[in-house]
Amino acid sequence: MHKTQTTVIGGGLLGMATAYGLARLGQKVCVLDEGDTAFRASRGNFGLLWVQGKGYGMAPYARWTRQAVALWPELASLLLAETGIDVQLRQSGGFQLCLSEAELAEEVRRLQWLKDELGDYPFEVLRNAQLSQRLPGVGPAVVGACYSPMDGDVNPLKLLRALHQACQLQGVHLLSGDKVMGIEAGDNGFVVTAGEQQVRSEQLVLAAGLGNRELGAHLGHAIPLQPSRGQILVTERVEPFLSHPTSTVRQTDEGTVQLGDSAESVGFDDGTSTAVMADIADRAVRSFPRLGNVRLVRAWGALRVLTPDGFPIYQSLSKAPGAYLLSCHSGVTLAAIHALRLAPWIAGKIALPEVAAFALDRFNFAPEVRHAG
Amino acid sequence: MPADSLFIQLPTDSPCVMIEFEGQPLAVPSGISVAAALLASGIRQTRRTAVSGAPRAPYCMMGVCFECLVEVNGVPNCQACMVTVSDGLKVRRQQGARALNALAEEGAHDGI
Amino acid sequence: MASERIDLLIIGAGPAGMSAAVEARRHGLEVLVLDEQPSPGGQIYRNIRESDPQRLAILGDDYSAGRRLADEFIASGARYVPGAAVWQVGEQCQVHYLLEGRSVVVQARRLLIATGAFERPMPIPGWTLPGVMSAGAGQILLKSAALLPAGPVVLAGCGPLLYLLAVQYLKAGIQLSALVDTAEHRDILQAWRHIPKALLGWRDLLKGLSLLAKLRLAKLPHYRGARALRIEGAECAEAFCFSSGGKVHRLPTNLVLLHQGVVPNTQISWSLRMRHQWSDAQLCWRADRDQWGETSLAGVFIAGDGGAIGGALAAREQGRLVALAVASQLQRLDGARRDHLAREPQGALARCLAARPLIDALYRPQAENRIPHNEVIVCRCEEVTAGQVRADVRFGCLGPSQAKTFNRCGMGPCQGRLCGLSVTEVIAEQRQVSPSVVGYYRVRPPLKPITLAQLASQSNHDLSPETP
Repeated sequence: MHKTQTTVIGGGLLGMATAYGLARLGQKVCVLDEGDTAFRASRGNFGLLWVQGKGYGMAPYARWTRQAVALWPELASLLLAETGIDVQLRQSGGFQLCLSEAELAEEVRRLQWLKDELGDYPFEVLRNAQLSQRLPGVGPAVVGACYSPMDGDVNPLKLLRALHQACQLQGVHLLSGDKVMGIEAGDNGFVVTAGEQQVRSEQLVLAAGLGNRELGAHLGHAIPLQPSRGQILVTERVEPFLSHPTSTVRQTDEGTVQLGDSAESVGFDDGTSTAVMADIADRAVRSFPRLGNVRLVRAWGALRVLTPDGFPIYQSLSKAPGAYLLSCHSGVTLAAIHALRLAPWIAGKIALPEVAAFALDRFNFAPEVRHAG
Repeated sequence: MPADSLFIQLPTDSPCVMIEFEGQPLAVPSGISVAAALLASGIRQTRRTAVSGAPRAPYCMMGVCFECLVEVNGVPNCQACMVTVSDGLKVRRQQGARALNALAEEGAHDGI
Repeated sequence: MASERIDLLIIGAGPAGMSAAVEARRHGLEVLVLDEQPSPGGQIYRNIRESDPQRLAILGDDYSAGRRLADEFIASGARYVPGAAVWQVGEQCQVHYLLEGRSVVVQARRLLIATGAFERPMPIPGWTLPGVMSAGAGQILLKSAALLPAGPVVLAGCGPLLYLLAVQYLKAGIQLSALVDTAEHRDILQAWRHIPKALLGWRDLLKGLSLLAKLRLAKLPHYRGARALRIEGAECAEAFCFSSGGKVHRLPTNLVLLHQGVVPNTQISWSLRMRHQWSDAQLCWRADRDQWGETSLAGVFIAGDGGAIGGALAAREQGRLVALAVASQLQRLDGARRDHLAREPQGALARCLAARPLIDALYRPQAENRIPHNEVIVCRCEEVTAGQVRADVRFGCLGPSQAKTFNRCGMGPCQGRLCGLSVTEVIAEQRQVSPSVVGYYRVRPPLKPITLAQLASQSNHDLSPETP
């Protein structure tokens, strides 16, 4: 049996960022991760550090997101210093392109609500003519855009790689290849069984994405999570043409162009469908007509991890003291706050009153949720 | 057939067509692929990679490896082994990542 | 095509696809054949209908044998669409392909994947340099463009195709700089003589090998058991280096043709998430099939080298068997008639495959040329080395899908075709487990790059079948 201070279940962006944060505080951490073919939302990530529009209807999430991106430069420099990997953090601001007046009006309405709630919430509304000056190459079909200086992007694959490497350098023990089959909670902490392996720890962090439903059930909690499939297209490398990320078209530091993103409820099917791919391509070409001749090299589908209201869960579990349930679908944007704030909170080093807004009990009165677990 | 070509051609009956490579006219047999035509004409290197700038040339000749990417009639990243030569075809080396701007006037026609 | 029925859609017009089309037409099936090349034949019979007597003489009887099948195929009444690049295959026999810059979608009742083989990647130092090509590429240049090496050429690796190409070049009067053979055995011909029965389907190849032996006596430098293969050069290949018989050799050359066998083209079967097994004998993946060639997806068949390597003659018989099975499934043949008609191709198939285990064993590619040293590039598109893949395993990566996200291997335009097997084997070696535990890339669409405009033209959810 492997003994450790904290066991983190889940080797995605959320689990690794939390494990890294805990290890930096001197904790002994063991991460349990599944095999090569697991559903992995972290691999289907679009790479945006996105603020604008996030937390519409839930101001605490908007504040949490802003706090997260403010911490990002610190995380990026820590990772660079420790691993030598530059995750290509770019906080240049970002554009939400709107292809109809209705889309633009709705976007502006949401941003105005957030501005009213938060006070300081910078954004600009640009019509096509102004936008063309700021973002050369946008097509005439783009009626306008919202720009926010708060937005940015990173290379999400380099981030995942850097977190894995940084965790290893910090002494995090990674056990991969097996799905967690059992959790026992006792007076002396937790014993987690995955395949042939058993890990005993004082603390337990559940960060297994959609797998949290089953893990929560082991500990007596119903966790309301549903998959939502997103499809992303990636093109061949092209010379740099896009200086800023947009919410649907982003050029990576490698030169490829990522196009997204869709949302479908298709259960646990992480495949791709031609109709949705065609719609994504169509929107991208209307946004930037010059992309028409660019070749698609890869398409993939990944399953987002969604709560009924779409916002995260950060919960110390009442029925299993010492166990924490973490769930979110913005693992890139929130990586810095997970590593640098949430982990210290789990370690008991800091108070974090903000997390109260992300408690599990907010779903107790939503009847459809009871059947979700 | 240029003196420095890695390949020689058996005498055939096929008529020649004229293509252009990097602005230079080349007489090549009709019916063959652009990749074969370039190799027959002594072109030893057909692109530089977008990753490191390393030189590359056709490798598999059957559409699998994507090493023979060239610009054909203004369209970047075409598989030279999958395009048949035709009179007036303009071919250029693919140097690193493809450009986007040059395509503005070409319209959406791939033509390959 | 909305009003037009397609009983059997065949992807690939090589020996398996052509023979399936011919047989299916005999039973009145409506057949559509999509092929990427401009003329039928696949790679083995490439350009067969346009070849001239001079090339036919060089390429030999095995190649000429394809002419009759190709003629039969053209006359069969199957609808044949050359220049069609399939970019997506759906589970319900729906196939999307590009033709003259347009994306077309067709719906069939049954689907045959007959996409054949491609050459096993041979990652050795310097294999990305201009002037280094595959032996198959050398042969394709001869078949399709009548091109022969102009100066000294080194042929290196192992396997029947390598020797066949050497014979063909020698017949054409080309001076080979050397045949650098990685096979272990001391004398190939001796091994062949021991199993005359197994050679029923391979007489022509034996003829070729005898010829090779004769020409070896005519001073073709033939190095055996070659190790530490390496191509030197800065901007192009300048020399081929290796060790053999305890000596280190360096042969100046600008043209190196590499080969170490062929492997099934499994892109479509993987993209459909079919069950595959790792074959230790052939060191590659094979999709599960029943005796008729039907896969784990009902209604989808595989015939020929795309399923498992068996050669062109076996592919023809497998194609016939698939056609019989489909004719029976679509009520054109009853079961008894199907079984009766299947007897002849089944017998022929067994004879064709009899020598296969021997060939697999004789020409098993060397580990060092499949699982190379750290500095060697395995993913040519993204320029990822074997060392980078090994490093990722140390950071917890268990398989190719994770390796892909960690270091971009397999993310380039070839979509892993030239690195997939190497990456699986490198990870397996590093983890000290079987490749079957490691698995393969998750193959995703598009199977061939498609422009965004072509893809967008399928928007508005209008994906009803249309005429190509």
